[in-house]
Amino acid sequence: MSAAASSRPKLAVWKFASCDGCQLSLLDCEDELLAVADAIEIANFAEATRRVVDGPYDLSLVEGSITTAHDAGRIREVRAQSKYLVTIGACATAGGIQALRNWQDVGEMASVVYAKPEYLETLATSTPIAHHVPVDFELRGCPVNKHQLVEVVLAFLHRRKPLVSAHSVCVECKLRGNPCVMVAHGTPCLGPVTQAGCGAICPAYNRGCYGCFGPMESPNPAALSSQWTAMGVPDRDILRAYRSYNGYAPPFREESDRHEP
Amino acid sequence: MTTEPPVLLLREHFDTLLEALARRGYKVVGPTVSEGTIVYDEVSRAEDLPVGWTDEQEGGRYRLKRRDDAALFGYAVGAQSWKQYLHPPRLRLVKADRDASGRMSFSDGDDAEPERYAFLGVRSCELHAMTIQDRVFLGSGVADTHYERRRKRVFSIGVSCGVAGGTCFCVSMGTGPQVTDRTPHDLALTEVIEEERHYFILTAGSDEGREVLAGLPVTPAGETEVSAAKQRVDQTAATMGRRMNAEGVRELLLENLEHPRWDDVAQRCLTCANCTLVCPTCFCTTVEDVADLTGDHAERWRRWDSCFTLDFTWMHGGSARQSGKSRYRQWLTHKLSTWHDQFGSSGCVGCGRCITWCPVGIDLTQEIAAFRDHPITPSPSQP
Ligand code: SF4
Ligand code: SF4
Ligand code: SF4
Ligand code: SF4
Repeated sequence: MSAAASSRPKLAVWKFASCDGCQLSLLDCEDELLAVADAIEIANFAEATRRVVDGPYDLSLVEGSITTAHDAGRIREVRAQSKYLVTIGACATAGGIQALRNWQDVGEMASVVYAKPEYLETLATSTPIAHHVPVDFELRGCPVNKHQLVEVVLAFLHRRKPLVSAHSVCVECKLRGNPCVMVAHGTPCLGPVTQAGCGAICPAYNRGCYGCFGPMESPNPAALSSQWTAMGVPDRDILRAYRSYNGYAPPFREESDRHEP
Repeated sequence: MTTEPPVLLLREHFDTLLEALARRGYKVVGPTVSEGTIVYDEVSRAEDLPVGWTDEQEGGRYRLKRRDDAALFGYAVGAQSWKQYLHPPRLRLVKADRDASGRMSFSDGDDAEPERYAFLGVRSCELHAMTIQDRVFLGSGVADTHYERRRKRVFSIGVSCGVAGGTCFCVSMGTGPQVTDRTPHDLALTEVIEEERHYFILTAGSDEGREVLAGLPVTPAGETEVSAAKQRVDQTAATMGRRMNAEGVRELLLENLEHPRWDDVAQRCLTCANCTLVCPTCFCTTVEDVADLTGDHAERWRRWDSCFTLDFTWMHGGSARQSGKSRYRQWLTHKLSTWHDQFGSSGCVGCGRCITWCPVGIDLTQEIAAFRDHPITPSPSQP
């Protein structure tokens, strides 16, 4: 990198407890990234390059949740080094699927799973980044949508608000002309309580929405559950539907708790 | 009905109508079965229509079912409406480019020649909905050119309904089920299936409609055939799935803006926006600007929006309509009350889509009945 490069905004990508899927979405933006290569310096992105440029960073994209005391410290360092911090994906914004531990006794689980659980250093909970440090923007999804990710980076470059809607998946579903799987097929769908962003892919393939993008702007899960119950969905399945990738996001968490036996 | 004497077209000759329209350069779109629902899409033969299908509709429930005949139009409306062609869900409005010297240039984003559509099977409520959207987009003195360009190219073939859907209430709204001269159309037809014969009674509603009819293998319709057609439509009118007492509903809602029923419906409402998106008269949009990575090419797009989203009323400091209650109230009062002030008619044609396609089956006819049953008198302390 030439010396002139240092005047470009520095982008860093950080990984906490996660599957790497969201970082891979970024890697999948190859063409788009090449186009911004002149405008932005990729200072830290383990999935793409081993090269690490020291902070401070102009924009940090953070993937993953906080599950260890070490990570709880590390995210503070990242925050301290970052002008803007954007969390990406369900793990970073809601705790991820690993937040299922939050309903369990971690010590007990570890003793069953690991031969030497004493080597394990883990927190009792998996929590979103925003529980630990201030976050400038949360980009939802499991994984995030590649176009929304590019949009967030672009919005940052052009100093404007990212064009990311917080309304229901149903809006995208209707714009796309999908038949409604809830109404026409009797398939339970989380679309009405879930934030848009995926383009209503699942209903387009005759599946109900799984809630990958977490709670929409004004969710009413209790009303949706009443309808699911009327459709014959047992409480256990309602609980499981809400308690997945975004299960620890408060509206989904509370709704799943309401269906505990 | 139109002034023309009605003519009769046999089912076996129905394809001649589609062929005639295709010859005139129209792309014919009409009802067709897809993924367990009836949608609007391109049709080139009668067989592409939902032959022998009907629908069962209830609040939050839609199912296709076999009929015991081979009717072409033996069902009510589905989730989609013709507005998707006249007022597309997404439309590019403007293109902007910046050249190497930094100079900006702007051009029309809606620059493609719109398709010339023939709408086959437009129900009376839908013709009314189109007339209402005409007032919205063309009636203010400043025409929406995107809508205008699409609308004026359309050839519409109305269908008087032979069966009422489970959530239909056009009779209450005075918008159907018979296609009449109150709404512009090029052709209107009624389907009749008897023991021995399957035919359509057709009338023309425009000069172009008359020209099309003149080229078809039609015969003058007899009195018995015309009355058989009328009888079927009368039967439909008598078996509406829903009814709504629309008299004075405009005032009823305005006098009950603080009625506890709004809290009740807000408890059930998902604020998901489905009702507005399926409504054939809802017209609201938002505008989104997108730029490519270089920032040298930008586009402005218009897309359907809804008064159920928070962004819809976003201003400095947040959204004006935070609660689900205020958003449901906006929707219902706009449809049935303030639409009169804005556009001189009701904004509801009684098609029943918002009832069927509401995932939790919220039914405006029931909500209105609840206000009627227990109205409150506004107290002076309330705003
Ligand atoms: S299929 Fe799901 S996302 Fe689509 S409109 Fe129906 S409830 Fe909403
Ligand atoms: S308000 Fe409902 S019934 Fe009335 S026109 Fe709209 S979708 Fe149809
Ligand atoms: S009801 Fe809502 S979405 Fe429909 S036209 Fe009125 S404000 Fe727009
Ligand atoms: S009335 Fe039904 S369709 Fe409309 S926003 Fe509420 S839940 Fe969604």
